Amino acid sequence: MPGFRFRQTSPVTPDVTRPAPAIHFDNVGFSFPGKTVFSGLNLFVESGLCTCILGPSGCGKSTLLRLISGSAGLTFTGTIRFGDNSRQQGRTAWMAQQDLLLPWMSIRDNVLLGDRLRGTVTVGKRSAANRLLAAAGLEGWGEKLPGVLSGGMRQRVALLRTLMEDRSVILMDEPFSALDALTRIKLQNLTIQLIQGATVLLVTHDPMEALRVADRIYVLSGQPARPGAVITPPGPRPRDVSDAAFARLNAQLLDQLLGEDGP
Amino acid sequence: MKIIRFLTLVGGLLLLWELVVDVAGLPHYILPGPMAVARAVYLKFAILLVHGFTTLIEILAGLALGTGLGAFCALTMIVSRPLKQWVLPVLVISQAIPVFALAPILVIWFGYGMASKIAMAVLIIFFPVTAAFYDGLRRTEPDLLELARVMNARPLATLRLIKIPSALPAFASGLRTATAVAPIGAVVGEWVGASSGLGYFMLHANARMQIDLMFAALFLLSVMSLILYFTIDHLLDRIIYWQKKEENPK
Repeated sequence: MPGFRFRQTSPVTPDVTRPAPAIHFDNVGFSFPGKTVFSGLNLFVESGLCTCILGPSGCGKSTLLRLISGSAGLTFTGTIRFGDNSRQQGRTAWMAQQDLLLPWMSIRDNVLLGDRLRGTVTVGKRSAANRLLAAAGLEGWGEKLPGVLSGGMRQRVALLRTLMEDRSVILMDEPFSALDALTRIKLQNLTIQLIQGATVLLVTHDPMEALRVADRIYVLSGQPARPGAVITPPGPRPRDVSDAAFARLNAQLLDQLLGEDGP
Repeated sequence: MKIIRFLTLVGGLLLLWELVVDVAGLPHYILPGPMAVARAVYLKFAILLVHGFTTLIEILAGLALGTGLGAFCALTMIVSRPLKQWVLPVLVISQAIPVFALAPILVIWFGYGMASKIAMAVLIIFFPVTAAFYDGLRRTEPDLLELARVMNARPLATLRLIKIPSALPAFASGLRTATAVAPIGAVVGEWVGASSGLGYFMLHANARMQIDLMFAALFLLSVMSLILYFTIDHLLDRIIYWQKKEENPK
């Protein structure tokens, strides 16, 4: 596992040959019937970094990701564009809170799901999937069905499936929140280790998680939701958040999160 | 344990039946005892088999055609919205017609042979299959479809790899229902007009007050239906291999 770099392992789609784009939200407005989620939202997501969007449940974090991936039926005002002005389609990979593994497909086929759905599976991709499985400590599990996996292993496979897409923008929607504390930390480390160079947008409600894995943190609060000032936690990732400095940052983030709801 | 319980249950019921017949002193042409029925089965075994074979073929053909048609209808409706708007009303109207009332017409159209009975079975089978499968296809986990969309999936691949497998458990329950009702279609068809089959045989026996023969035919029909049901059930479990049978833990 040491020295493993995701990009070298699986040069699969042409997308990673392009530099990862920044993402600009300009004056974005979006509402569900009866509820304004965003209004005049401006947000800048730096290219090639991991940006965490921190916010309370129901503040529109997931919606933010779905706007980028261009979910059907979501129409918004304003613009969301990539820094290099490329089309969003085909450049994003999405990882959700549920692992969304298909129980009828082998674990390796689940990792290869995107290619199977596009009809682009090749021998090279199969071996790339095998290498990813090995890198994630799942060597020899490829032929089995997901039913035999534990929750943490399932989410690991979901992470590999996301990586296998080799997209330069990775959208992660609370990917670790259903896991126990120890498994979560392991998976966070693995994620940081395997994702190199992509623009990652990770939404979470856990300040500690943001502090561990993020290059940049925005706290989303209010209704309609607005991001606060960007926070740049010091030091290389994954960070050891038991440090006193992080306790202060954590308290600060919690304050910002609680600010809207009041005491 | 399961087998012992099953045998005890069947044995107990047979005993009860024999007792009712003996104690009430029922005449043979109202309710024959299990022994009389067993004798009838034994004596007329060859002819019962001949008629049973006809009915079995009708049931199997009806099941195959009805399931195929049902699956085709469900897939058509899920693949194409415009087609669905045309197919769905036809399905609803077809179910508004009492199928059994159609039996005499089917005999006129398809003749006294197997075809009219197969048509009858198809008519009552395809709707539960269509309804269950379509429902399953429609209820595919939205996040899975979102995942496929973000992956730029080809629509047919999404259908084949995600929607259809997701809908198989629902399809299976439709097929189980269909398997249970298929013999009804075949037998009712035979009652209306046939020259062979268990339904025809029963009607014949009934006219001559040979109630023991009726019961013998009924017995054979039940055995056939049970074997068919459990075979299909077993096959479905094989096909839906990823689904654990949580309802009967060992």
